[in-house]
Amino acid sequence: MNNQQKKEAPADTIQAPGKQEYTITAYTENQIGILNRISIIFSRRKINIQSLNTSPSEVPGIHRFNIVIDETEEVVKKLARQIEKQVDVLKAYYNTNDEIIWQEMSLYKIPTDAITEKVKVERLLREFGARAVAIRKDYTVFETTGHREETDKLIKFLEPFGLIEFVRSARVAIIKDSNGFHEKVKEFERREPGEEVVENEYLDKQEEVFSM
Amino acid sequence: MNTLELEEEKKVKTSSPKSENITGSKALLEIFLAEKVETIFGYPGGAIMPIYDALYDYQEKINHILVRHEQGGIHAAQGYARTSGRVGVVFATSGPGATNLVTGLADAMIDSTPLVCITGQVFAHLLGTDAFQETDVINMTTPVTKWNYQITDATEIPSVLAKAFYIAKSGRPGPVLIDITKNAQLQKFDFEGYTKCTHIRSYRPKPIVRPEYIKEAAKLINEAKKPFVIFGQGIILGKAEKEFKAFIEKGNLPAAWTVLGLSALPTDHPLNVGMLGMHGNYGPNVLTNDCDVLIAVGMRFDDRVTGRLDKYAKQAKIIHLDIDPSEIDKNVKTTVAVWGDCKETLPLLNELIEQKKHTQWLQKFEEYKQKEIESCIKKDLYPTSEQLSMGEVVNALNDLTGGNAVIVTDVGQHQMVGCRYAKFNQSKSNVTSGGLGTMGFALPAAIGAKFGAPERTVVAIIGDGGFQMTLQELGTIMQNNVNVKIIILNNSYLGMVRQWQELFNERRYSFTNIESPDFVALANSYHIKSQKVTDRDVLKNVLKEMLDHQGAYLLEVIVAKEDNVFPMVPQGCSVSEIRLA
Repeated sequence: MNNQQKKEAPADTIQAPGKQEYTITAYTENQIGILNRISIIFSRRKINIQSLNTSPSEVPGIHRFNIVIDETEEVVKKLARQIEKQVDVLKAYYNTNDEIIWQEMSLYKIPTDAITEKVKVERLLREFGARAVAIRKDYTVFETTGHREETDKLIKFLEPFGLIEFVRSARVAIIKDSNGFHEKVKEFERREPGEEVVENEYLDKQEEVFSM
Repeated sequence: MNTLELEEEKKVKTSSPKSENITGSKALLEIFLAEKVETIFGYPGGAIMPIYDALYDYQEKINHILVRHEQGGIHAAQGYARTSGRVGVVFATSGPGATNLVTGLADAMIDSTPLVCITGQVFAHLLGTDAFQETDVINMTTPVTKWNYQITDATEIPSVLAKAFYIAKSGRPGPVLIDITKNAQLQKFDFEGYTKCTHIRSYRPKPIVRPEYIKEAAKLINEAKKPFVIFGQGIILGKAEKEFKAFIEKGNLPAAWTVLGLSALPTDHPLNVGMLGMHGNYGPNVLTNDCDVLIAVGMRFDDRVTGRLDKYAKQAKIIHLDIDPSEIDKNVKTTVAVWGDCKETLPLLNELIEQKKHTQWLQKFEEYKQKEIESCIKKDLYPTSEQLSMGEVVNALNDLTGGNAVIVTDVGQHQMVGCRYAKFNQSKSNVTSGGLGTMGFALPAAIGAKFGAPERTVVAIIGDGGFQMTLQELGTIMQNNVNVKIIILNNSYLGMVRQWQELFNERRYSFTNIESPDFVALANSYHIKSQKVTDRDVLKNVLKEMLDHQGAYLLEVIVAKEDNVFPMVPQGCSVSEIRLA
């Protein structure tokens, strides 16, 4: 995903007032060009995407975008509406970190010597629940999944032992009170869809609108 | 065309043995007939040649207007869409042909004009090779189209075109661009007829109308002492002029328009209190910050309308009726949002509102109007100076057309004067570039406007600057005998910028004096009848001669060089800080 960017700031960085991490979840048709259509909504407003993941969803033919940004709720709400306005987008939600379960996966390549020779490294890897995915004579690749702070912490620990390479995936997130998209899609496919397809937060309760 | 391309063409032409098969190009034109497309504005070129070859056999059924530049073509299609209420169709070739459409697409996007643009593209196997006249038109036009798609296989043509027309005209309309590679244009396939698209699962053209918030809105309107309606093009696009009129009449609600809402309500309607925004009328701007309930219908709170946002209608409760959910709360925080097509929501709202008089409140608008007449309007329409004013030209034109003409304006001072003073009796009569402010829009748009409403008189009012941006379209007028009346209001300046330079840059007129050719001689060289006016005495007679003339006419009017448009809300000021001089 060439749009994926990482913010290398430590977790305790002070955020701008009102800004917080939001995860946008968008369900789209699997269409060439949709990535561009969505990403320019952010770049036009000079908003940095911190993490972006696209993958198939539980419904065949429908793709799911997870986009993480640091913004105020007012801005993220407008962005979600602009995304949903795109012809090939079925639905866009935004959630705070409290409302989602999320994971990121990291791979660490470290010299195999460091593991075999230093007991501490082995203990560390155990503590972090790291799993070896490739073991070679010269290097070993470990994998962990977790939140940013957890994977960051492990980097810090491994660095003194000669961390050769590190990579982290974009965030994938599940919305806590979501019932999935199967029923929604059926609703969308109807010629006269029900109210839940076009919600109105002015009348509906906020919690119900932006959760599924 | 090189030999490889010729071979390729031969190959695709003969690859399909079935005789009942048709080419992608022919299918495209059959689809246009099914969609009742009568007029296409276009310009041929290498990558769209197969479509033009097919068009050769459809000349009886489809009227293709050869323009002089693709930008002219797309502006003409915009003018056509505005006066006809139908989808404008454009043809352009790949590369420069396609890039020349970008300004028009951006203009149509921001002004919600339904267009289907067809661009030719290089053969699919050449995509990404920097082939001759290849450009990445899809990615280039993504931000300025409602939807776009590249067709590389002819079998996609029926379903994609069906989607294109549906998307362009449904919901909040907008431009759609379909890029068709040359192989798909040439390729033969089984064309099994055309089915119009009426539903796309990922696309909701209209939000569902929810009676609960219609009720809430009605309650606010009924409780209001000083309600104020502001309306935009949504009324025209939703074909809800009647519904809107009934609504404001029942509640006796004063109504002011945005530049694009102009002509949705007749000028002389007693509840029409004038124009909003930077060069709008005095009362509507000042009283925006005095009303207690502001009812916005089919408009998007453009910054030229709102002025300084943090001082905009802060005292008022705001009701916003719009078909596009993303417009709600975008610029102005709404108290009650009425999502939906105003054709449906206005009658529902109308049922629930009470008949009211609001005599005192309406009187206030009248008082401000008198003030404006004294300090601005008199000067504009009945100037005492020797030189003609833009306003008196528009006023004289009103006397002759009676408000029945389509008025097309370009961008700048004359546009504001035209919008302020032109009289309109019917909807879809005002064609101008509102959101994008595209100089050079008017001349080609007037051509399209005439094709969109052939029975009506079309008058284009253009500045000397804007006219020189697209004057090549005089050739289109000549070749197609387009009966448009062109008035150039020539002040030898890029007037609006000059006005700002005068007011805010200490009269440092940086590159705003502009010289012009002999416009009369220019028109004559295109065999267009033409005249130049400098005197007040003959103005009306010459305008009458222009209108009576059978065919195109270009009238150059020399107006005062350094007139300013007032009232004015200076940038960064609140609407209530509007200046009368």
